[in-house]
Amino acid sequence: MSVYNQNRGGIIQIIIGTIFFLIVAQLVSLQVVSNKYKLAADNNAIFRKIIYPDRGIIYDRKKRALLENTISYDLVVIPNEAKGVDTAALCNILRIDKAEYNKRIVEAIIKNTRVKAGVFEPFLTPEIYAQLNENLYRFPGFSLSERSIRSYPYNTAAHVLGYVAEVDVNFLKKHESEGYEMGDYAGMTGLEKNYETVLMGQRGVKRFLRDNKGKIQGPYEKGEFDTVAIAGKNLYTSVDVQVQQLAEKLLQNKIGSAVAINPKTGGVIAMASSPGYNPNLLTGSKRRKTIGRLLLDTARPIYNRAIKGQYPPGSTFKPLGALIALDEGLITPNFGYNCFGSYGACGDPRKCEHHNAGHAANLQLALAYSCNSYFLQVFRMAIDNPKYKSAKGGYVKWKEYMNAFGFGRKLGVDLPSENKANIPDTAKYSKDFGNPKYWNSCYMLTLGIGQDRMTATPLQLANSMAFIANDGYYYTPHFVDSIESETQEEAAQLAPFRKKQKVTTIPKEYFDVIKEGMHDVTVYGTAAFIKVPGHEYCAKTGTAQNPHGKNHSLFVCFAPKDNPKIAVAVIVENAGYGSTWAGPIGGLLMEQYLNDTLTTESQLKADNLAQVDLMPQAIKNWYVQNNKSAYLTPIEYNNDELSDVWDMEMLAEGVVKTKTKDTAPPAPLPNTDKTNKDSLLPNTDKKKKLNP
Amino acid sequence: MASNYDNNFSKGTDLAVIVLYMLMACIGILAIFMVEYNPNTDWATSFISGKTSYSKQFFFLIFCSFVAIFILLVDSKVFTALANILFVSGLLLMLATFLIGKEINGSKSWIPIAGGFNLQPAELCKIFTALALAKFISRPETDFTKLQSHLIAGAMIALPAILSIGQHELGLALVYSAFIFAMYREGLPPFILIILLSFAILVIATLLIDPTLLAIILSVIAGLFLMYLGKRLKRNKQLIVIIIGVWLVCVGTVRFAVPYIFNNVLECYQTTRIYSMVGKEYDCGLNQKAAASLAESGKKSRKPDDYNVKQSKIAIGSGGFWGRGFLKGTQTRGKYVPEQNTDFIFTSIGEAFGFVGTFTFLGLYLFFLFRLIRIAERQRSTFSRVYAYSVVGIFFFHIAVNISMTIGLFPVVGIPLPLISYGGSSLLTFTALVFILLRLDADRQMVLR
Repeated sequence: MSVYNQNRGGIIQIIIGTIFFLIVAQLVSLQVVSNKYKLAADNNAIFRKIIYPDRGIIYDRKKRALLENTISYDLVVIPNEAKGVDTAALCNILRIDKAEYNKRIVEAIIKNTRVKAGVFEPFLTPEIYAQLNENLYRFPGFSLSERSIRSYPYNTAAHVLGYVAEVDVNFLKKHESEGYEMGDYAGMTGLEKNYETVLMGQRGVKRFLRDNKGKIQGPYEKGEFDTVAIAGKNLYTSVDVQVQQLAEKLLQNKIGSAVAINPKTGGVIAMASSPGYNPNLLTGSKRRKTIGRLLLDTARPIYNRAIKGQYPPGSTFKPLGALIALDEGLITPNFGYNCFGSYGACGDPRKCEHHNAGHAANLQLALAYSCNSYFLQVFRMAIDNPKYKSAKGGYVKWKEYMNAFGFGRKLGVDLPSENKANIPDTAKYSKDFGNPKYWNSCYMLTLGIGQDRMTATPLQLANSMAFIANDGYYYTPHFVDSIESETQEEAAQLAPFRKKQKVTTIPKEYFDVIKEGMHDVTVYGTAAFIKVPGHEYCAKTGTAQNPHGKNHSLFVCFAPKDNPKIAVAVIVENAGYGSTWAGPIGGLLMEQYLNDTLTTESQLKADNLAQVDLMPQAIKNWYVQNNKSAYLTPIEYNNDELSDVWDMEMLAEGVVKTKTKDTAPPAPLPNTDKTNKDSLLPNTDKKKKLNP
Repeated sequence: MASNYDNNFSKGTDLAVIVLYMLMACIGILAIFMVEYNPNTDWATSFISGKTSYSKQFFFLIFCSFVAIFILLVDSKVFTALANILFVSGLLLMLATFLIGKEINGSKSWIPIAGGFNLQPAELCKIFTALALAKFISRPETDFTKLQSHLIAGAMIALPAILSIGQHELGLALVYSAFIFAMYREGLPPFILIILLSFAILVIATLLIDPTLLAIILSVIAGLFLMYLGKRLKRNKQLIVIIIGVWLVCVGTVRFAVPYIFNNVLECYQTTRIYSMVGKEYDCGLNQKAAASLAESGKKSRKPDDYNVKQSKIAIGSGGFWGRGFLKGTQTRGKYVPEQNTDFIFTSIGEAFGFVGTFTFLGLYLFFLFRLIRIAERQRSTFSRVYAYSVVGIFFFHIAVNISMTIGLFPVVGIPLPLISYGGSSLLTFTALVFILLRLDADRQMVLR
């Protein structure tokens, strides 16, 4: 009876084969076609831990660290393990309530899931850190995690150094392929931004295998896919920390800026912008408190006036005007102009500060006395130069010179968002005066004394002094002289700073005449009472009219006269005569740089200058009107707050030292520095910890 | 005499099946080793200490080898003689679990025996049922073309299945449906298979399609039939009754029977698993048992999800074409797949060896099954053939259901993968099934009654 059913064995085989075929088909779809399961498995099991390298350190010209890395602590929590926590005690230490505690736990879960550590309270103060550290056993699931933050031992150069901050969505979009992740920190301004790639180093990734409960099982594939973190490279700058500190100190209670350049290299020695802020106030827990105020303040303490401020150069332009005329062969050094206190050739008379006959009998004298009439005449000659047939032609040539001197264009300093200021082009004037055919030099007359629409940044002014000091060339102003173990790529980044910019063919003898004139300024001219002990120097004062109130006080100079080592530009807004305020500041900066110290007399002068309050009344009124009277006191560094950073290191007791790189230990300060530096550092008692 | 004995032992025994059996069992131990492997401990010492599952499985295998040799030495007439007694005592053992059973993983189906080991009578009952069914069909007085015989055979299968359901072992109960292969081979009319298949399709359709819509579709189909058969209906009034009867049964199933089973008979998690297979969510609020336990404990039961299947699919899928490599599966190492050394053992193979591995593995199984069918077809005695097809059915059902559930083709029911999954009872059962067949096959020239 079984025989006639024999074909049924075959049918059963077909059924079995069909089911197996279905299974294989599903396996093909799971294992061969789709790769989402592989990703899902990696998401499940591979825990990527990013190892952050130390950011590079920025040194000044004597290898003193302008900024360093120190350790700050965050309180982190793994929500799943936070069971049986003594919440009352924890809330008490952190000074929060139970509701806030719950809120933060929920936030941590949303951000980092239940099994991963999330930040509960960032940047603990030393007291809270100490309390937590003692009581941590009462808070299961909580731990203290260290992170590296910037600290600024000299409390200086905030605008130049810039700051690091947590990246936001926009940043991530812009730097998509560079491997940043939410929660990373990156340089946002200043050198920190410009040299981000060098300073950040290379982040390492460690892969761990974790189990279904989120517990780490060990390295994934024995660490075969791990990458090592490579520390960021150090930057060696041309900044002199003492000059920088002095510049900031002298500009206190004033609005303005000072820039000092080494003409031999183009390296910036100091760049100050006032009002400024203490860079330590933008690190760690202090950032939240400070940033709001800095952004709201109408005096704009975050704004770097040295590269963004646009000021009419006023009389400080005169040496350049003379150079143009000399080079064009329009005047000789002996050219004189008979000035009787005003210039009336263009109708409405322009005032000159001097009345005595013969004060502009030749170029040297005219420079020394800063005769307006003389330079207005010289400017008109340049514009009406018969060689170029029309006023427009003359103007175009004049603008060419100005651009060559570094005005009206970006110099290319290694800071982000430099302003090119303004040398107006002909289109602008065409709009105002109509067809250039009918222009004449009177239309733009006051350009000849650095007014009208001409503006320049303090950096451009300082650079023009370097240009004169070098007899016709300059190096692009920059901060970074070299990068630790420079690669070719980095050398290429710095290459523009190492190239001599010789943009004109003005012969040396003309520069000699200009230098003599500028030297006379300091001997019997407008800056006669400003001395640099032990050095002859050249300078030009400026008092620029502006639409915002009192005249700006300007001073440009370089020293020593015969072998210039420093070129300086100083601007104090709405302060009055250039020789009264900007001049002494410039003088002191040169003295500090050249002599590495100030005489007692100069020290006294510096202290007095620092006390002078030249804040425009309008700004003070704004503070009062906006109930921000507290802003009237400039953002001073509170010693106690700085001590936070160092106290933290004491707590860590040797485990964490100030993270100065081994490769470049800060050079011990020469003893001569000591007295001087003590007087400059507001917190002398901390210095010992700085350089143990 | 001894040499004669040896001769009998090896003569006629199908060597291919023995090789395949050993191969599968070794793959099983390897797969369990992959699951249990811990890089922080020395595997050799933990193997010798015998505390790990793979070393236990190894000892089970040695024990089973002795059992296999013993079975091969037994006279094949013993199996026909003892078939009915074993069946009855198996049923009694299963009943006994209700009294002296030990609860493991929520099912009270284990009887503790010496040495910390537990025996699951339902597993052994599969063998006994196979033997008893073979015995019944092979009786000379049984005419398996008659409905009466079908019903008796059906009852013999249903009895242990119902007892298994009583022990909350749904998976084991389902295995008994595997005997349909043997019955079909012996003359069960094909329309019964077709009806069962249609019914299965209807149940799945109930899950996928809105019940009201499905009822309308069924009515339309019935209407079309009536129209098509129009003239013949006048001659044959019976046809109308049959069509209307079938229509009533279908709609009744869709509207009442299936929802009733899902909401009242099955546990919440079981219904959820079935729903999740077709990618739907089941609202446990509808489930009476869940509601009852809610009322009892006052605690809301945690919503069961398809975590197992999801992780299992991730594990198999992440193997890709070539696999992650031996001991390199992250899903396995991270213990993401629950029950991985028993019901989800296939995932560790899928992850480590990829499609190449799973395809080869399935090929081995298919070869094994076809080999058993070949053995079945060469039997002269009905007893041996019925028994052989029972073995084929049981193996096939386990393999198909187990693998299908790990890759999301079938709802999760707890049945092991034959010879691979960790577990002494399971390994012993399959060993006995295979070697009894080999013993019978060795005597295939004899006609057993």
